[in-house]
Amino acid sequence: MKELDIAGVTVKLDDEGYLVDSSQWNEDIAKGLAKESGLELTDKHLEVLKFLRDAFNAGETLTIRKVGKSGIVDIKTFYKLFPKGPLKLASKLGGLPKPTSCV
Amino acid sequence: MKKIVILGAGTAGTMMLNKLHNILDKEEWELTIVDQYKTHYYQPGFLFIPFGIYKKQDVIKPKHDFFPSGVNVIYSKIDKVDGENNKVILDGGQVLNYDFLIIATGTQTRPEETPGLKEKLWYKDVFDFYTIEGALALHERFKDFEGGDLVMCIAEVPFKCPVAPLEFVFLAEAYFTKKGIRDKVNISFVTPMSGAFTKPVATKMLSELMSEKNINIIPDFYIERVDNDNKKLISYDEREVPFDILTIVPVNMGNDMVERSGLGDDMNFVRTDKFTLQSKDFDNIFVLGDAANIPTSKAGSVAHFAGEILTENLLSAIEGRPLNAKFDGHANCYIETGYGKGALIDFNYDTEPLPGTFPLPGIGPFGLLKNTKINHYGKILFRWIYWHMLLKGKELPIEANMTMAGKKKQNI
Repeated sequence: MKELDIAGVTVKLDDEGYLVDSSQWNEDIAKGLAKESGLELTDKHLEVLKFLRDAFNAGETLTIRKVGKSGIVDIKTFYKLFPKGPLKLASKLGGLPKPTSCV
Repeated sequence: MKKIVILGAGTAGTMMLNKLHNILDKEEWELTIVDQYKTHYYQPGFLFIPFGIYKKQDVIKPKHDFFPSGVNVIYSKIDKVDGENNKVILDGGQVLNYDFLIIATGTQTRPEETPGLKEKLWYKDVFDFYTIEGALALHERFKDFEGGDLVMCIAEVPFKCPVAPLEFVFLAEAYFTKKGIRDKVNISFVTPMSGAFTKPVATKMLSELMSEKNINIIPDFYIERVDNDNKKLISYDEREVPFDILTIVPVNMGNDMVERSGLGDDMNFVRTDKFTLQSKDFDNIFVLGDAANIPTSKAGSVAHFAGEILTENLLSAIEGRPLNAKFDGHANCYIETGYGKGALIDFNYDTEPLPGTFPLPGIGPFGLLKNTKINHYGKILFRWIYWHMLLKGKELPIEANMTMAGKKKQNI
């Protein structure tokens, strides 16, 4: 657990850097978290994060495929925006818990 | 007569038909089951076919052998469910009315979802083993394989029987060792997940076993396409894995009927309450087995455990009582590891697979997350149990919901 000051707010992050209280999330916090990961957020990034948050809050399981079908970005672009593990990174920057595979 | 219709006569549907036939009043209830195919496949056996351990005749029986007498059996494709009007429409227009509906149409492999997969190398150097055709074709290919890169790739999650690809690489390792060419076969396990399995304790045990057996794990690899000319897998982030033989678990999706009925998520799995197993759209529709979008393994053991909960809740619904039985996501899977040994995992929505003994605490005879000979015998015996007890809806001496007895908590 660590604390971070972003845009005048103190947020708690778990050991892997995920926001503990998802309700604290806003665009400024997303930008601050992105900076921690060495990433500059564009409007496209934010659009994806909002899509993921809406889907998550509607109780849906988040998958890379779902983002690819969202009409916002295709999967290749999703990987370019959020390199390596796009769903994990986007969840982290979107203030959502670490995605789990339900096997 | 009141009517219950079951869609799909695979493991889940057949089991449910037998259970309901045994407990419902035959004067009062008419049972109908619909499936487009007449052959029942023992799907856990497909894994053994490429290695010549099972033959085709070991895994097939006519579906009608497992239907009780006095039920309606319809062999037909299903067009869609009209949930508003309590009707099922079959291909060709026949209409079935129902009071309660059970959807058990399973999951199917969709190789066409991955570009380049079902092209010129399909069943020549590229195979699935989730169909009888794929498993048999791979057996032929293995006979004259003299060495090279053998790649096992998982295209997408969720997929049926999440331990099968692990078992496949373990069995392949043993098979090529026995053939005396193991030093010429490079085995890789390519997965979109971050490790060998999803949950930490099992992943640790299985990763160690893989490294002991010199099997490479390539994690976080999300396949975009297969390059047939250069025999390579290519991921969305443009990494490449070369292969001489590719064995793949294609993208899994629910039946198209689910999409046409408007009951599914974006993978055509039916939106289902993970505790009550009731459809999220209609109170008189229940869902069993792989067809449901509940967050647990797509596996026969899950269908079996969930079947007990569904039966209780269906009886409650019939009598207008609240649905009190709650499914916990219980799954129980044998993992063949080669050389006559196997491991066993037992878990649910909340508890990851842990080491211990099963089903009796401290006694077993099976060892959880342990690689033992007795676990392998459990898997071999299971085929008999499947045909003679499980499909026929008979009680097995294992609780529907998972128990912590016999399990040891771990710190990782």
